[in-house]
Amino acid sequence: MALLEIDNLSVSFRTDAGRVHAVNNINLHVDPGETLAVVGESGSGKSVTALAILDLLGEAGRIDNGSIQLEGDNLVQFSEADMQRVRGDRISMIFQEPMTSLNPVIPVGKQVAEPLVLHRGASWPDALAAAEDLLKQVAIPDPEGRLDEYPHQLSGGMRQRVMIAMALACSPKLIIADEPTTALDVTVQAQILALLKELTVETGAALILITHDLGVVARYADRVAVMYGGRIMETAPAREIYGNPQHPYTRGLMSSIPDLSGPIADRLPTIEGQPPDLANPPPGCPFAPRCPHVSTACNDGVPPFEWLTPTHGRACVGHE
Amino acid sequence: MQAYIARRLIALLPTLFFASLIVFVSMRLIPGDVIDLMLAQNDIATSQDRARIESALGLDQPLLSQYVSWVGGVLQGDLGRSLWQNTPVTEQLKASLPITFELGFLALIIALTVAIPIGIYSAMRQDTPGDYIARSFSLLMLAIPSFWLGTLVMVFPSVWWRWSPPLEYVPFFEDPIANLNHMLVPAILLGLSMSAVTMRMTRTMMLEVLRQDYVRTARAKGLSENMMVFRHALRNGLIPVVTLIGLQVPLLIGGAVILEQIFVVPGMGLLLLEAVFQRDYPVISGIFLVVGLGVLLINLLIDLSYGFLDPKVRHQ
Repeated sequence: MALLEIDNLSVSFRTDAGRVHAVNNINLHVDPGETLAVVGESGSGKSVTALAILDLLGEAGRIDNGSIQLEGDNLVQFSEADMQRVRGDRISMIFQEPMTSLNPVIPVGKQVAEPLVLHRGASWPDALAAAEDLLKQVAIPDPEGRLDEYPHQLSGGMRQRVMIAMALACSPKLIIADEPTTALDVTVQAQILALLKELTVETGAALILITHDLGVVARYADRVAVMYGGRIMETAPAREIYGNPQHPYTRGLMSSIPDLSGPIADRLPTIEGQPPDLANPPPGCPFAPRCPHVSTACNDGVPPFEWLTPTHGRACVGHE
Repeated sequence: MQAYIARRLIALLPTLFFASLIVFVSMRLIPGDVIDLMLAQNDIATSQDRARIESALGLDQPLLSQYVSWVGGVLQGDLGRSLWQNTPVTEQLKASLPITFELGFLALIIALTVAIPIGIYSAMRQDTPGDYIARSFSLLMLAIPSFWLGTLVMVFPSVWWRWSPPLEYVPFFEDPIANLNHMLVPAILLGLSMSAVTMRMTRTMMLEVLRQDYVRTARAKGLSENMMVFRHALRNGLIPVVTLIGLQVPLLIGGAVILEQIFVVPGMGLLLLEAVFQRDYPVISGIFLVVGLGVLLINLLIDLSYGFLDPKVRHQ
């Protein structure tokens, strides 16, 4: 059985420009221990999907339909109090901005220890002792000395390690990492991702890795879901996404990766046009206005998601 | 840390010097000097009398030498004598300062206990009816001068219910209950007028903090809304509010001057008002010196409290 099963999920936000449908009827599953990469450009709905799983959409956001099953529990029907027991315990999340995601006035040890006090009923001394072990696990030098330090005394990479330690505190079944390395130096990015991957393998946690970095996907993901305009365009095992992309959008993404082995092209291929306005989405396939293979069928309604093989599916009516 | 405090204390001196100079000179620029008032009262008005009184009070000296001798006294802890009562100013201050301090302290406590919870509530329930009521209330308190509210409190209850706030001062250590009975009404009025700005500042800062990434992190950890606010948001939100409290202390003293007059509280405000009417220069200068020093010290205390509230400041 899948660890997490998202079925027909739609999320919208109230804005001054009307309701924005950020995520539309998506299906997604995560198996225990696997790493699923959710790929897409800004505004594709990937972060919103992550926030919806934890019911952290805020005042303006709302789940319109669908279900999110975690080990058989439908999280959409959970009360806020029930969700508080899920957050940080069964599912934890690592955010994009390590510089601002830690509380500036609380020592890092206390911040790492807090989920244990909250969810495991640990005493603060016990939780702080465990926090020290967690800091050691994420390879922070001198973990004992770091417990009493404040976020501003740590570098960005160190802070993201602290975030990872915090996420691991209650040994969650699922960790959601929302662009965990975007704000970091390139050299630190690789270290953090390698660490994250290693720790999920060690603890058996599944990982949803939200990213727009296709290099990251190739290296760390087992499976990939490509999102565009609030919909899933294609899902496949990571290897197949690279070797045999089936959706024109995925192909566009792949061709925009610079190939450093061959002769260097004058210009990197790009996908022409702009992502769709989600307050006013196109009637059919959201990618149709930019698609090189667009046909009349594309605008006749949203293309259904079809499985080409048991593990590889796409939402496209094209036949090429 | 000690070196920092010492440096800050030394830096107070020039500020105090200029403040005293301004007060010393400006008081003497008010038309109608103290001798005129004295002569008018006693109905004798020969120029001889005038010169005699002037020299007896030392007012015939040039302004500069008056100032120098006053500063010389201040440095030795002597603030001079009242021109009217001939009692030492230090003694008058010793009697009235604790009373105003009590009034201000009560007002501050009332202001904070009203403003901070309402500010937090307002931020957590942004744009709900409760938030609107809280904001309207604070706007009202900001707009209504406390002397007007004080007059209403004096007049209407006595007309409607034949009750009026007690107006007899009893020292706290003699009868605390009678003392609080008297002080509470002016303290509430003063506190409410101060709470308005504090409440709005608390609300704004909490709204700002609740949007921060680390608050989202706290939510993602599974903290309840209340725990998130009190453990993670409040301390961050209160840092600017503390600054504001320091800035409001002079206003608090200004408000106390008026309310002490209305409620017959024999504090520094009443003393100051009488001294200004009588052109009692040493008393006025003494009060301003003490008030100035108090305001500067409170703001220093607030600067030092950042070190406690904000670890970034502590490590600099």
